[in-house]
Amino acid sequence: MSLAVRIIPCLDVAAGRVVKGVNFLNLRDAGDPVELAARYYEQGADEITFLDVTATVDERDTMYDVVTATAEQVFIPLTVGGGVRSVEHVAKLQAHGADKVGVNSAAIARPALLSEIADRFGSQALVLSLDVKRAGGTDSGWVVTTHGGRTATDIDAIAWAREAIERGAGELLVNSIDADGTRNGFDLELIRAMREVSSVPVIASGGAGDVSHFAPAIQAGADAVLAASVFHDADLTVGDIKRELAAAGLTTR
Amino acid sequence: MAKPTVVVLDYGSGNVHSAVKALEVAGADVELTADRTAVLEADGLLVPGVGAFDAVMTALRDARGGELIDRRLAGGRPVLGICVGMQVLFDSGVERDAPAEGLSAWPGAVTQLTADVLPHMGWNTVEAPGDSVLFDGIENERFYFVHSYAAQEWTLDSQPPYPDPKLTWARHGTRFLAAVENGPLSATQFHPEKSGAAGIRLLANWIGSLRAS
Repeated sequence: MSLAVRIIPCLDVAAGRVVKGVNFLNLRDAGDPVELAARYYEQGADEITFLDVTATVDERDTMYDVVTATAEQVFIPLTVGGGVRSVEHVAKLQAHGADKVGVNSAAIARPALLSEIADRFGSQALVLSLDVKRAGGTDSGWVVTTHGGRTATDIDAIAWAREAIERGAGELLVNSIDADGTRNGFDLELIRAMREVSSVPVIASGGAGDVSHFAPAIQAGADAVLAASVFHDADLTVGDIKRELAAAGLTTR
Repeated sequence: MAKPTVVVLDYGSGNVHSAVKALEVAGADVELTADRTAVLEADGLLVPGVGAFDAVMTALRDARGGELIDRRLAGGRPVLGICVGMQVLFDSGVERDAPAEGLSAWPGAVTQLTADVLPHMGWNTVEAPGDSVLFDGIENERFYFVHSYAAQEWTLDSQPPYPDPKLTWARHGTRFLAAVENGPLSATQFHPEKSGAAGIRLLANWIGSLRAS
């Protein structure tokens, strides 16, 4: 009798197509987002996350159609992140079928955005997304970055997580920029550090490359694991990961 | 025979796309509206609800949702509340430590769960009674929850000759009501429209009960 570990395929979407790349660079086409979301739903995904990596407003508008088409056939929670800057933007995403929104750079620039969203839509609809990098000069040894990991700040990632929860974030999506795209496994130290300060669920992201990488992330304290390329390349199915987690004695759906 | 008709009450509650589509997949003829005649005449009324208790109550009052729900129940016409749409059926909720008034279809308060990690977010098991209509044929399945508050007690006494309500419980830190089936009024704390195939089956069970009631 406990919550099941959640497996969350993440689809980076640009101009209506799924793209993939290492450390957000060298993006390549990886398919149709609605089709891929439906495939992962059939495989037993527990949630789907779309990350809008487009740069222009025109391209952003195609995201709404993707969200709506997905919500009409994929009956699991849908999170949309990437470029979320205002309460109005969140309202529009929800109206198009998003259950939760991920907020990243805009909250670093203006932390009050978090409480504005939480007050109107509830904390359960607000995911704080953190792109975290190891760096000296902070108490924890981790800083948050912006612009998909390209720009480091001097903000301590652990302190930022704590502040964001106080401001109303209902979940933390912790992406390790150091591990992202390496396929060498999740940053377990980072997950442990986040678990220690977080009263809300923690999603581990960045570094998944093998079926054996997932159980250690949960054992380090994550409530959910997020991955992208291992699914798009059809290296692993959601079912493969769930079998491995179950074999490690963890509860899955 | 025509499909049962279901109205999803349109009063400005967050994401209702999936609720409409899930009900269609589950076999209903669905309309998203707050039109009084449509709401009163549908075979079933689904009341969604996400976000803060007080915000949901304010929006419901603006749409005269409480009155519409009362009118339907007085005529024995089925209503299904989901998530905060379930919570507002009780006497009161809590909003930033201040009490907020609910619709009082059922006695009792909605209070914060006591658990290490909140919100209670994800797929959990439930304990449904054997004679449940909603959970008929759905055993050992998990449903998607996302909430920090819940009704943690059931205080309505038996009212013969009416049958006793069917109570389904779940646990996250503390034990709480995951679903209630009380005559024409049913509710789930979890989101059936976000609970994959198991959730669709639950909605199909509810839709299947509409014409019979």
